Amino acid sequence: MDVAIVGIGIHPFGRTPSLTGLQQGAYASRLALQDAGVEWRDIQFAFGGSISAGSADTLVNELGLTGIPFINVANGCATGGSSLISAFNAIKSGQYDIGMVAGFDKHDRGAFNADPKALGIGEWYGEVGMMMTTQFFAMKIQKYMHDYNISTDTLAKVSEKAFINGSKNPNAWRREPISVEEIASSMMVNDPLTKYMFCSPSEGAVSLVLCRADHATRYSNTPVYLKAATMKSRRFGSFEVFAPSQALQQVDGPTVDAAKAAFEMAGVGPGDMDVLQLQDTEVGAEIMHMAENGFCEHGEQEALIQAGATHIGGAMPVNTDGGCLANGEPIGASGLRQVYENVLQLRGQAGEHQVPGDPKLAYTHVYGAPGISAVTILQK
Amino acid sequence: MTKQVPIAEGLFTWPAERPALLASRCKNCGIASFPAAQSCMACSGQDVAVEELPGRGTLWTWTIQQFMPKTPYRSNETAETFKPYGVGYLELPGGVRVEGRLTENDPQKLHIGMEMDVVFAPFRTEENGDEVINFFFQPVA
Repeated sequence: MDVAIVGIGIHPFGRTPSLTGLQQGAYASRLALQDAGVEWRDIQFAFGGSISAGSADTLVNELGLTGIPFINVANGCATGGSSLISAFNAIKSGQYDIGMVAGFDKHDRGAFNADPKALGIGEWYGEVGMMMTTQFFAMKIQKYMHDYNISTDTLAKVSEKAFINGSKNPNAWRREPISVEEIASSMMVNDPLTKYMFCSPSEGAVSLVLCRADHATRYSNTPVYLKAATMKSRRFGSFEVFAPSQALQQVDGPTVDAAKAAFEMAGVGPGDMDVLQLQDTEVGAEIMHMAENGFCEHGEQEALIQAGATHIGGAMPVNTDGGCLANGEPIGASGLRQVYENVLQLRGQAGEHQVPGDPKLAYTHVYGAPGISAVTILQK
Repeated sequence: MTKQVPIAEGLFTWPAERPALLASRCKNCGIASFPAAQSCMACSGQDVAVEELPGRGTLWTWTIQQFMPKTPYRSNETAETFKPYGVGYLELPGGVRVEGRLTENDPQKLHIGMEMDVVFAPFRTEENGDEVINFFFQPVA
C-alpha cells in the first residue's frame, strides 16, 4: 500500500510573540485538514513532535478530544522525519487509512545550549566550551574546504541564494536579500563561518494529512506520494557533532546511509530528483550535504554553486523556500517544512519560488545531533 | 593553599610527573576511545583496558569560538573579559582524534596538519581557591 500526502498546512516561520508553539501547531493543523477537505474527527491517528514548545499530543486540547492515538516523537532534528516514517508505516501496514503528522516549536533567541548529560557526555565537555553545534559545523567545513578546495566566496554565495529564495517565500522569516559582501564581512562566529552563514533557532509549525494511496483522490486533486522515508543514526567512525573523540579511520555519515536507503526504497536515483531540500544549519552543511546525498562528487560544489546551479532556475535547485538559513530552525517543524515545500513544488503551487519545468520527484534531507539523518522522496 | 584538581576524574593522569590523556582500548578489536569507556563503540566488546595516549599529534581540523557560550560553559570569564578560544581535533598516532581547546586563538597561526603537544593547565579557579586543570593543545614551539 502506497502512502499519499493529501493535506498540508504551515504557520509562518520566524517570531510570533502572540502565539504559543502549540497554537501555531493548531493553526497549521487546521490548514492541513482544510486542504484535505476533512475534519479533525476523520483523522484516525497522529504522530507529532516539539522540542521546546511542550508535548505535541496536547494539540488535541486545541483540535478536539476524539480519542485517537497521538504519539509524541522526540528525535532532535529528525523529529519531523521520524514522525513521517511512523505515519508512513502505520498506513503502509494497513492499520489506518488516514492520519496526521504535526511538528511545531518555539525556541529562545541565540544558539541552542545543549546539556551534555542528556547525550551521555561528561559535564567537563560543556564546562570548557565544546558543547556547541556551531563548532562542529565550522570544523567539518574547515576540513572539507582544505580537502576539496571550496572557497570562502562559495560559502557566502550559499547564504546569498538562501535569502533570495526567502524573499520569494511569504512563509519565510528572513525576507530581505543580503549581498555576498555583507555576508562575508558580518561578525565571525566560528571560523570560517560568519553570522549570516548560520541559521538561528526560531518558531513555526507544519502539519500534513496522509492517507492510503488508493483513497488519495477522495481528498486531493493533486496527491503527492511518499515513495521513501528513511532515518539513520551514526556508525562507528563517522565525524559527528558532540564527539569528544573520533576514530582514526573515517566512514560515511548517517546522511550517506539514509540517502542510499531512500533511493533504494523509491527505486530512483539522485539524477532523477527535480528539487532538493537539504539540511542547511549553516552554509557548509548545504555544500557538504549536496555530495553526501549523492547529487555531486566531493569538490564539485565549488563550480556548481559559482555557476548558479543551486538557484531556483538552476540545474539542481536546493532549498527553494530559503531553507533553515531563511526560515530559522524550529526543530520540531523543520523537517516537515521541507516536505511542505516539496508538496507545493510538485503541485506547482510554489508561486514566486516555484522551480520551472513541471517537477515530478522531490527530495528532503535533515541532519542533526548527535549524528542522525532522515530523508524523504516525494513523487507526484 | 591552592590545590590543583582535574576538571573530571579519569580524563587524564593527575597528579603525575608527565600527565597524559587516558583512553580505553578494546582488547577484541584494538580500537581506542576517549574518554575511557566501559564498552567499545566499534565492536560492542566489553573487555577494555585503560592506557595513556601520546602527548604529541597533528591538528586534523579547528575553529575559533568567537563568542562566549551560554551555560553549561563554566569559566571565570565575564562578557567583558571573554577571549575567543580555539577548538580542534588532534590526531594522536595509534590512538584517536581527541577534541580539545587550543592555546592559540589567532586563525593566522593555525593550519590543518600542524604539530601540537597536549599540555595541562589551569582553566578556572573555584570559589574555595582550587585551580581546575584541563587539557589543551599547544603548537609545537
